[in-house]
Amino acid sequence: MATTEKQKSDVMLNYLRPQKKFPSVWCPGCGNGIVMGAFLRAVDKLSYKKDDIAMVSGIGCTSRMPVYLDFNSLHTAHGRALAFATGVKFSQPRMKVVVITGDGDALAIGGNHFIHACRRNIDITCILINNHNYGMTGGQGSPTTPSGAISTTTPYGNVEKHFDPCELAKSAGASYVARGTVYHYPQLEKIIMAAMEHEGFSLVEVISNCHTYYGRLNRKGDAPAMLEQFKDNSVTTGKAKKMEPEELEGKFVIGKLHEDNTITEFCNEYQKIVDAKKG
Amino acid sequence: MANKKKKLYQGNGACVEGAIYAGMSFYGGYPITPSTEIAEGCARELPKLDRKFIQMEDEIGSIAAIIGASVTGRKVLTGTSGPGYSLMSELLGYAYITETPIVVINVQRGGPSTGLPTKVSQSDTMQARWGTHGDYNAIAIAPSTVGECLTETIRAFNLAERFRTPVTVLLDEVMGHMREIISVPEKGEYEVFDRVKPTVPPEEFEAFAMTDNFVSPMPSYGEGYRYNVTGLTHDVHGFSTNRSDEATQKLDKLRNKIDRFTDEIFKSRLEMVEDADVVFISYGTVSRAALQAMQIARQAGAKVGSIQLYTIWPFDYEMIKKATKNCKTVIVAEMNMGQICHEVQKALDPSVKLATLQKYDGEIITPMELLEKLEEVL
Repeated sequence: MATTEKQKSDVMLNYLRPQKKFPSVWCPGCGNGIVMGAFLRAVDKLSYKKDDIAMVSGIGCTSRMPVYLDFNSLHTAHGRALAFATGVKFSQPRMKVVVITGDGDALAIGGNHFIHACRRNIDITCILINNHNYGMTGGQGSPTTPSGAISTTTPYGNVEKHFDPCELAKSAGASYVARGTVYHYPQLEKIIMAAMEHEGFSLVEVISNCHTYYGRLNRKGDAPAMLEQFKDNSVTTGKAKKMEPEELEGKFVIGKLHEDNTITEFCNEYQKIVDAKKG
Repeated sequence: MANKKKKLYQGNGACVEGAIYAGMSFYGGYPITPSTEIAEGCARELPKLDRKFIQMEDEIGSIAAIIGASVTGRKVLTGTSGPGYSLMSELLGYAYITETPIVVINVQRGGPSTGLPTKVSQSDTMQARWGTHGDYNAIAIAPSTVGECLTETIRAFNLAERFRTPVTVLLDEVMGHMREIISVPEKGEYEVFDRVKPTVPPEEFEAFAMTDNFVSPMPSYGEGYRYNVTGLTHDVHGFSTNRSDEATQKLDKLRNKIDRFTDEIFKSRLEMVEDADVVFISYGTVSRAALQAMQIARQAGAKVGSIQLYTIWPFDYEMIKKATKNCKTVIVAEMNMGQICHEVQKALDPSVKLATLQKYDGEIITPMELLEKLEEVL
């Protein structure tokens, strides 16, 4: 047992830059660490070479993740990660390009880049950690803050409607879409592996806890309490099919939501043009 | 030499040829008048050369994509005009602080905002220096013929790679759309500079190491160095810092690598300045009119000279002061409400008078207008 634990921790240590940037900026109990663990174990199981991975992010708590990891890390500007990542991937299609982003980063300021990366179906894996608010700046409302929810910029309840990032990605042309939560760890690891192995644009939305702001303002309790809520409010895709829309209100449908391997991938299609035109 | 291949080019097209010659292999852009022919030329030519072209969803996406491609080792280009350049300002700052070589061609039109999309202007001169927030030094250059569109674009790439910094090429609507017959450059005719790569093993590598010329060797993603690139102010390893000594060191690096090499970057053309009573100072399309006005004035016996700025930024105050110290009046002519004239004013010896010709109606400055101004000051 002891050996197994040690091996597990070695997997993590192998991919961290421990001498560089720890402790992290994340609050104790933040779901970001769980997602980072799942991502690293997925990378390890898939045996990708560190040099072949480019990890690109924007601005926000989630976007600090690449800085802690021993890959080619590109910590960019707010909302722009997918546009930078498009340049990296298109330039070097052999690289595995992963974008780690948050709900504000990807869906508000980066909304345009998000839908167009989906539309191109460029082979990038986008892990979107959805904590339903802007954590880094102190709990403001985001495009995924539910209607009626409290944030520091919706102190009387959110009057806006929220995006469903998975539906958005699917409609915009992404060829792989899945949702997990930070409670359902084994599933999350598998989803990330599947997304990274998928050729085309893959979105993994991860429902996560910002107990410091969103949780506190909406009386959802501490980190363990919020994880319990994710457990109670999640429905698997199989089960969801048998449920009425009203029953699914406020629930997170988790698992693979969409996969279409007939959609062509951007870099491959461009290469076909090059092969046909080059002298 | 007699058999040199000649070809009719548009300014925008010559920029594409120059970029390809310099080794540009990634273009990301968004259509905007009057620069669109640059994107169209790249879309047509780059696939044939096994190089990359992508039309992004907006100008912010365009500059993001080329920065992403640059860190993977490519020479990269985008083309735009004022409104797009304003959007790019956001990530120009990112390229400055991360010291990522990129070339941006801004084919200027009248502004502010949507302004005069099909009309000529030089009103982004200051934006090319101060466009994004924060402290940094900028390089901007301006060609005045279609042939120079080609050669100055090559120079822009050399400067970007040599100094690890964004370089703006300032064209204007007339320059971008003008057609002239130019010599097609042969292989080896012009110097092409490639970025310096690290020679140390990854464990000894410092991504933003201080060097004699303030420029750090730059590896490409995938080459084993696995370093961090961030828009946050960072230390020599590329990790964010709040330490005041490291913040000062970073900003000094950005300044010194350009400021202390102004001699190397600055380029100008002096015509009949030595004995001149009056000297025109101009750049871009206006320099064509200035040269013609100078020749007409000389034929009429007036001692007139011309200084054409190929490098706008960094501005060489010493050189301008030295070159004009014996003349009586300097006339700065530009297609805006007065931008580079303020820099010239700072440079001039107190004994030299400054006159300006400013035009911002969307039309070019003609030799006749310069001669009228000359009559005023003589």
